[in-house]
Amino acid sequence: MSRVEVEKKVLNENQILAEQLRERYRQHGLLCVNLISAPGSGKTLLLEKTLERMDKSARVAVLTGDLQTENDAQRLAKFGFPVKQIVTGGTCHLDARMVEKHLADWKLEELDLLIVENVGNLVCPSSYDLGEDAKIVLLSTTEGEDKPLKYPSIFFKSELMVLTKIDLLPYVPFKAEVAKENARRVHPQMEILEVSSTTGEGLDGWMTWLERRRKAKSLET
Amino acid sequence: MAGRSATFNFMHELGIASSILECVEKESRRHGGVRVTKVGVKIGELAGVAVDALQFGFECLVKETEWDGLVLEVESIPRMQRCPKCAHEFRMTEFDPQCPQCGEFATLCISGEELDIAYMEVDE
Repeated sequence: MSRVEVEKKVLNENQILAEQLRERYRQHGLLCVNLISAPGSGKTLLLEKTLERMDKSARVAVLTGDLQTENDAQRLAKFGFPVKQIVTGGTCHLDARMVEKHLADWKLEELDLLIVENVGNLVCPSSYDLGEDAKIVLLSTTEGEDKPLKYPSIFFKSELMVLTKIDLLPYVPFKAEVAKENARRVHPQMEILEVSSTTGEGLDGWMTWLERRRKAKSLET
Repeated sequence: MAGRSATFNFMHELGIASSILECVEKESRRHGGVRVTKVGVKIGELAGVAVDALQFGFECLVKETEWDGLVLEVESIPRMQRCPKCAHEFRMTEFDPQCPQCGEFATLCISGEELDIAYMEVDE
């Protein structure tokens, strides 16, 4: 009996692919963000409003992941930007290989921003690096304020938390301050934005955040 | 040797278990096909992996395959923070990032995100 030191990431294969994607994004000065939330927190609606507000000449593309159906891609395609659905067929998260495969038809040099909408799930997507520059976690006012404490991994790894459905605050028991405090307990450095995709409140701040990050990334190359 | 392959792509802990097994298979081949009896992994408390579910998934995966009997040993890694002001390192409990020594809130995570394969025990 002898012991062999291994010292490898369990998700080493995914990590290697993710680093390759990251390097390709870097070469083209392309910003990639990975949107993560529980099902029904408003990822797709936020994306619809985001694409609606984008300049028609914006070089943006969307990959949207779901267990089944192409519904989200259909919702997002009407804005005229390239959109592709990743149907995982049961797998509860996107991995770097799925992203790489679905990027194959697009020329990355023609893009400035790639938005990946992950499968609705707060657990598994946190383990899989997709080569993104930033993970963004959404929390809606119809959920519990303690979600950051229940799912610390994803809140810890996300650079930004977007608190969605704030138009519902007068009607739900959700306390935004408590949710934000919980998020900051898990991740003191995390940025937080509040939006309502329905009324448009806070969307300017969200668009500014994306544009600021996109500019910063394009200057890196 | 059983016919069914022991690795595939599936739900979270089972997917992680499958990735561990894939890594063991590779490492075993790299060491000339040695028989692996135990694999040791480090799981940080921020990794989002339920150790019981991982153990169960791993047992199910290896059962009645060539890896039947392979033991998975999990070392849980606590979340540790370092204070940028006074350099104190402390175990973070109850998601309280405040430095117990100087009171600073903006402390930095230095461990707890691990999802690593540390070692294998092999027969020679």
